[in-house]
Amino acid sequence: MADSAAPFRIKGETGDWEVVVGLEVHAQVVSNAKLFSGAATAFGAEPNTQVSLVDAAMPGMLPVPNRECIRQAVRTGMALDAKINKWSRFDRKNYFYADLPQGYQISQLYHPLVGEGEIEILLDEKDEGSARTIGIERIHVEQDAGKLMHDQHPTMSYVDLNRSGVALMEIVSRPDMRSPAEAGAYLRKLRSILRYVGSCDGNMEEGSMRADVNVSVRKPGAELGTRTETKNVNSVRFVMAVVEHEAKRQVELIEGGGSVAQETRLFDPDKGVTRSLRSKEDAHDYRYFPDPDLLPLELDDAFLEDCKASLPELPDDKRKRYENLGITAYNAGVLTAEVETARWFDALLEAGAEAKQGANWVVAELFGALNRRGESIDASPVSPTRAAELLGLVANGTISGTIAKQVFEIMLESGEGATDIVEKQGLKQTSDTGAIDVEIDKVLAANADKVAEYKSGKQQLFGFFVGQTMKAMQGKANPQLVNERLRTKLDS
Amino acid sequence: MTDLTAKTIAELRDGFRDGDFRAREIAESFNAAVAAAKLLNAYTVETPEDALAAADAADSARVSGDLPSLAGIPLGIKDLFATRGVDTTAGSKILQGFKPRYESTVTANLRKAGAGMLGKLNMDEFAMGSSNETSTYGPVISPWRRKGSNVGLTPGGSSGGSAAAVAAHIAPAATGTDTGGSIRQPAAFAGISGIKPTYGRCSRWGIVAFASSLDQAGPMAKTVRDCAILLEAMAGFDPKDSTSLDLPVPQWEANLSSDLRGKRVGIPKEYRIDGVPADINALWDKGIEWLKDAGATPVEISLPHTKYALPTYYIIAPAEASSNLARYDGVRYGLREEGVKTLDDMYSATRAEGFGDEVKRRIMIGTYVLSAGFYDAYFTKAQRVRALIKQDFAKAFEQCDVILTPTAPSAAFGIGETTDPLAMYLNDVFAVPASLAGLPAMSVPGGLDEQGLPLGLHLIGNELDEQMVLNAGLAIEERAGFTARPEKWW
Repeated sequence: MADSAAPFRIKGETGDWEVVVGLEVHAQVVSNAKLFSGAATAFGAEPNTQVSLVDAAMPGMLPVPNRECIRQAVRTGMALDAKINKWSRFDRKNYFYADLPQGYQISQLYHPLVGEGEIEILLDEKDEGSARTIGIERIHVEQDAGKLMHDQHPTMSYVDLNRSGVALMEIVSRPDMRSPAEAGAYLRKLRSILRYVGSCDGNMEEGSMRADVNVSVRKPGAELGTRTETKNVNSVRFVMAVVEHEAKRQVELIEGGGSVAQETRLFDPDKGVTRSLRSKEDAHDYRYFPDPDLLPLELDDAFLEDCKASLPELPDDKRKRYENLGITAYNAGVLTAEVETARWFDALLEAGAEAKQGANWVVAELFGALNRRGESIDASPVSPTRAAELLGLVANGTISGTIAKQVFEIMLESGEGATDIVEKQGLKQTSDTGAIDVEIDKVLAANADKVAEYKSGKQQLFGFFVGQTMKAMQGKANPQLVNERLRTKLDS
Repeated sequence: MTDLTAKTIAELRDGFRDGDFRAREIAESFNAAVAAAKLLNAYTVETPEDALAAADAADSARVSGDLPSLAGIPLGIKDLFATRGVDTTAGSKILQGFKPRYESTVTANLRKAGAGMLGKLNMDEFAMGSSNETSTYGPVISPWRRKGSNVGLTPGGSSGGSAAAVAAHIAPAATGTDTGGSIRQPAAFAGISGIKPTYGRCSRWGIVAFASSLDQAGPMAKTVRDCAILLEAMAGFDPKDSTSLDLPVPQWEANLSSDLRGKRVGIPKEYRIDGVPADINALWDKGIEWLKDAGATPVEISLPHTKYALPTYYIIAPAEASSNLARYDGVRYGLREEGVKTLDDMYSATRAEGFGDEVKRRIMIGTYVLSAGFYDAYFTKAQRVRALIKQDFAKAFEQCDVILTPTAPSAAFGIGETTDPLAMYLNDVFAVPASLAGLPAMSVPGGLDEQGLPLGLHLIGNELDEQMVLNAGLAIEERAGFTARPEKWW
């Protein structure tokens, strides 16, 4: 296994190269209405059914900021420990395109809503030493554009304005990432935080989260190289592929005597390569200037306090809390990575399950079952309450871990409660030492040779006797008692 | 029967309430006058049915006695205001045939107050111009003529149709908009009154945007009182406009008073500029005397950054316009040039065909001053100067209550006489500073020049102090005794 603490290097002909990565993530804000109009924002609606006069840029229409979108962006900033700017302003980014009805995008260039923050990532869940801190430069809010549909008519393109004016947060990282893995971990962690906060659904397939990937290479410790920007990459895997491919391409280019051009590139997921979209010379002059239709955005303390108070427990805090409950670092990491898992596990604790036992069970048993069945934890056929009931039976010695597995399988299929199943199928564990002794004696008698081996020092055979006894008792014997009785009989 | 078209809004309102005439008679009189005045080219669309419908509603409502403030009054509406189902083109070919499905807040407010609409009034394309010559419908011809001449004169601009209609009695009053003098300069040219309120008093929602940080709607009417009545109906907070002022609308009409005792009138020395005709400066002096007569004390004030106002305006307004007009791209509404291969070609062809020269000029200026490398030198600096100009006024209003200046540096000029765009821009030299500062300002007729053409006096008030502006305007109106009327030739 690769050492996650070792720096990622591209092996070039002239030696090792370091890759420098920064990400600009566009995250669609969860809100019922668009950033500057009252139009709805549901995904997948019929084209042009969620368009207000403002979104279509009809003459004389004016934008009015949607408080909920601002609130979500502020909450996101707070979750990233970022500076919230109480005074910010909207600017117009001017360019012509058929999916941009106003001829400008309302964005925030000069005075963004959120300033510097940071995200801690862990490259290896089992290794605290693999932690990295990635800086956030800023978060600003802006309007999304509409969508062009090129496949509806042989010679024309159609315009769908449903997405036009939907609120986006642009979350800009510092160029702090040094490998595809770090870029992947950053994006996963960011996505996780957004989903905890509830400010973005993080659905990359539907485009509600996408990344512009800035990549450059340099000799370790040297000045930053010229970067390329690969636009609109829509999965964690693709982002990692872009970093990998761009880094290699740039190294080859430089070592071949060429130089990296500052340009915008596109990722081709089928071929796994990036290609040039436009060079710096062709770059738009966006003519940013303060939007005169909007007043500066001024946030008061009451609003900020409300935002703060509404924040849920975030992944890092939750993880620490789990670890303090005795859960292993690995399990705590797995349980907190996705908000749905964490929510499920919290409900399990709420229902009375013991933390460490519960964590082990969720990670091993529940995840295994859900994987097998192709179900998400949200749709788990066994609820946290039912699971707590099952774990309780194990904890109080009513059933053994082995029987618990059987019971769980029945629960998955039948939806019945653990206690009922144990009752009905007579799976209750026995602590009747008389019955256990009878079976132990039979096992020892039938395996006299092994008993002799054991007695002559082959201690590891002890497990064999336990297994045989349990088997003979159809798993229903209290394993602790079986252990005790065996020890007494064998070691006496 | 008395000529109803000669009456003021106040007279029509009161006469209608008293039962002297019916609203339908008012509407019919104006509809007939409008139909008979095509030579003026003041209206781009006539809506006689709209005026009649509102009149009939007013006549029915009169029985119940509970009448809104403008019941039975038909108005002319500048083509910049979106009017539901009625062509709204901003005087531009690019919006040819555009019928909005919505009504601007200001015209909706007027309708709520009972007003009807006589039609849409011609204007400079996208409100860019000072002579009404940039309209795609051709210029409005002023009802005024020079003594002994039949040369066609401009009514000023951009609210030229509004000014001409009120002066020619083919509308009792009209809406205008003012970005850098577009209410006040045409009001002065046409011998009528017009007020631009404090920025934010009137909602901009549904008004085709020219320069968002400057655009303000206001009334143009025969008298100061009529301006007060109309402005009360037009103004008010609108949550759909983020720059709208969340303040109650004052009772400007009820509080009208020409008693200016204890008030100080600022006379800015920087407004004495070279090349202004002697009769304009003479009228200014007369204005000072009239206000003294009303009890006010003149004080000399200084607005040191005045000379930078025009260049500042011609950076900020085109910058905003270049962006505001980007939406006219042929994709969703209005003109679209077909027969082109690419999207970019469609944009170019549509905008080349749809916009007139002045609009193109300002889009180019605006694009230039916002472009990388020039932004700081032009736009940022202009924003700074704008702040200084505001500060000038703030300081001045520590010393005075209202400022008096001429409205425009000349009387109306002939159509086609001013071909140099920069010379045209000079028309707004007195009007633009108040626009940049967002202050209320008004033009009232003061007299005629030696050629028999109207000249206006310009009053600038402190922020939100429309009352002071109207009161000083009333004091001048009462003393100027301006009763001159253009001789009917149309």
